[in-house]
Amino acid sequence: MVWTVRIVLVLLALLGAAPLHAVQVDEILPDPVLEARAREISHDLRCMVCQNQSIDDSEAPLARDLRLLVRERLKAGDSDSQVVDFMVARYGEFVLLKPRMSWHTAVLWGAPLAILIAGLLAIGFSVLRRSAAPPAPEVALSEAERLKLAAIAGSQPDGA
Amino acid sequence: MIAELGHYALVLALALALIQSWSPVVGARKRDVALMKLADSTALAQFAFVALAFAALTYCYVASDFSVANVYENSHTQMPLIYKFTSVWGNHEGSMLLWVLILAIFGALVALFGGNLPAPLKANVLAVQSWIASAFYLFILLTSNPFRRLAEVPVEGRDLNPILQDFGLAVHPPMLYLGYVGFSIAFSFAVAALIEGRIDAAWARWVRPWTLLAWMCLTLGIAMGSYWAYYELGWGGFWFWDPVENASLMPWLAGTALLHSAVVMEKRNSLKVWTILLAILTFSLSLIGTFLVRSGVLTSVHTFSNDPARGLFILLILMVFIGGSLALFAWRAPLLKQGGLFAPISRESALVFNNLFLATACATVFVGTLYPLVLELLTGDKISVGAPFFNLTFGPLFVPLLIAVPFGPLLAWKRGDLYGVAQRLLAACAVAMVGLAAVFAFEGAQSVLAPFGIGLALFVMAGAVTDIAERIDLRSMSIEIIGRRAAGLPRSAWGTAVAHFALGVTLMGLVSASTWGSERIIALKPAQTVTISGYDLSFDGMVNRDGPNYRETAAHFTVRKSGSVIGIMEPSKRVFPSRDGMSTSEAALLTRGVSQLYLSLGDNNADGSIAVRLYHKPLVLLIWLGALVMALGGALSLSDRRLRIGAPKPATRIVAQPAE
Repeated sequence: MVWTVRIVLVLLALLGAAPLHAVQVDEILPDPVLEARAREISHDLRCMVCQNQSIDDSEAPLARDLRLLVRERLKAGDSDSQVVDFMVARYGEFVLLKPRMSWHTAVLWGAPLAILIAGLLAIGFSVLRRSAAPPAPEVALSEAERLKLAAIAGSQPDGA
Repeated sequence: MIAELGHYALVLALALALIQSWSPVVGARKRDVALMKLADSTALAQFAFVALAFAALTYCYVASDFSVANVYENSHTQMPLIYKFTSVWGNHEGSMLLWVLILAIFGALVALFGGNLPAPLKANVLAVQSWIASAFYLFILLTSNPFRRLAEVPVEGRDLNPILQDFGLAVHPPMLYLGYVGFSIAFSFAVAALIEGRIDAAWARWVRPWTLLAWMCLTLGIAMGSYWAYYELGWGGFWFWDPVENASLMPWLAGTALLHSAVVMEKRNSLKVWTILLAILTFSLSLIGTFLVRSGVLTSVHTFSNDPARGLFILLILMVFIGGSLALFAWRAPLLKQGGLFAPISRESALVFNNLFLATACATVFVGTLYPLVLELLTGDKISVGAPFFNLTFGPLFVPLLIAVPFGPLLAWKRGDLYGVAQRLLAACAVAMVGLAAVFAFEGAQSVLAPFGIGLALFVMAGAVTDIAERIDLRSMSIEIIGRRAAGLPRSAWGTAVAHFALGVTLMGLVSASTWGSERIIALKPAQTVTISGYDLSFDGMVNRDGPNYRETAAHFTVRKSGSVIGIMEPSKRVFPSRDGMSTSEAALLTRGVSQLYLSLGDNNADGSIAVRLYHKPLVLLIWLGALVMALGGALSLSDRRLRIGAPKPATRIVAQPAE
């Protein structure tokens, strides 16, 4: 179902614009270390008009503005976390593709481990319940069965 | 006229579905054979009428009948014929019609080939199928009629969205829907078993081929969608953790778990209740997948309210089917008797382990996908949950699962010997270690994940080979024994090994392409050359071409490796006048073995240069090749004699006649 029209493309269609590219030539910083940091940061920032795309992947004009902004902050000497804080202060937590731990994301971040533990507990309980259940009562053989068994056993040499 | 005929056929199909919804259930209750048999006829007739409706819509597309609103909105006279066909399902209304068509096909198949099913079970299964079908027919007829006419007939259509005009998309939705809808059979069997309050190993044997078939189609459908996104969307990514992708991944994860738990149920008569629950959950996730994507609720809560009738209907269907089946499960599941016991170390336990982690992974994707939506509804806070979250949570859940994969098939049923299996896997472990060390030596300590990932992939692959090697007694070194054993080995065992091997293949592709890929973003003028991973690409110039319904500007590149020409790449940009000049970027791919060069075009600059994005993606094709082989493993297993022949009839007690 990837084929559902991505908002980006719809927007582009509305604007009648040619497809832009994600990171463009003129955006790249001359300092490769700084550029690598910019790319790293961009991976985790959301292009807000897109469907869950990072600004590094997105072709939308807004993503370009954000990429330039990230690079501007880096050039100004911000640390990685300062850049991210700056973006969050400006655009809210919505800009983060990896939501921060806080009370309203506790369920989200806790979910995988909680579900795994719940699953383990469920398995544990079902094992316990089954082993606690009384074993099936041993039904004594009926007379006919006993005779049949004796016949079978008797047909073997020494019942071995 | 044709459109009205299609519409009418759909109404008739609904009428038949309504009859099929109750008559077989009553028949099964009263043991009335005639009422039960009625379902066979209605299922076949339903299929005939839905096929007629689908054919009618297809006819309208091929004939470019723009008086039908759906055709006007999604087709164009100049569009190549193949896309006129695929446009039928390239939109909401048509795709829903495809959905019910596939549902009707499956229903007809059960009616035709379910001869060896106990009559009441078959009747109930077909009835449950019809409940689903009725809901969908109603949904289409009431809110998404593909046959709606326009009062004033336009001269020309609005064309299909250009990014959908692609062969990958001709195959992707039908495959995906075959998967989604295929799981409805498992669901119907589960609900039918709950209605009867009885379930046994034979049930699992009937359900497994259907589940396997659905799972194969879904695997191929997802792979196709991922490959399409890779080459069509133009930035070389293959999985985005996009909600739309997640919607298809969830049923796949649950379906994979179902496939494995059904094995335990069939062989050991255990895990019955859980298997029933999984069957219900898998189809529920398929429904959620279909509907959340179609309703647009994933994109934003607001698109949902744009069309309240559709949205409410969708919610209603979800609530009735998911809520209803879960309630039925809670009520009736305690009636089901548990079967075979097993030790903590056994093949059963390995499969429980598999199910635990697959289910947790599935639930994680579910929470991650829906959390932003729910949080916004509850508190108004807007947050995003994207790739970094899923990589962090999904990854660690899959690692133990992958480590366990080679162990599962080697463990014995009931009581296994973990130490013994570990010893038998020593060779596989050695292969993995050598691979890990090699990558580590080659890469240095840059990334810990890459060597580990490659090692894990090798372990999974070598484990699958070990499994087969042991079963055919490779160590005997006798061609006669090996040949005899290989021929005697059930196809399902081959299928397991092949599918597990393929899992390693996909993992290797994922690790390699995302770790060692290189990228160049550069502006080039004609006659300039760009180099990536030992390949030289020289830009020869631009070419303008006219396509059937677009204009294309392509850049011509010659690719050389150490001086000799190895290929030509022509990435292009297409402009579609019929869609108000909307344009697409067509990337060029050059395949070398299982690695690819990927080139796509950016903007033309004022100085006559053109921006290009160039990637080298080592081993990238393994990702989809792995999926393909995985499906092949499924096909092998499906061709197993045991499943072809079907479940054995309960043995009739042979009563010895007294000699006279």
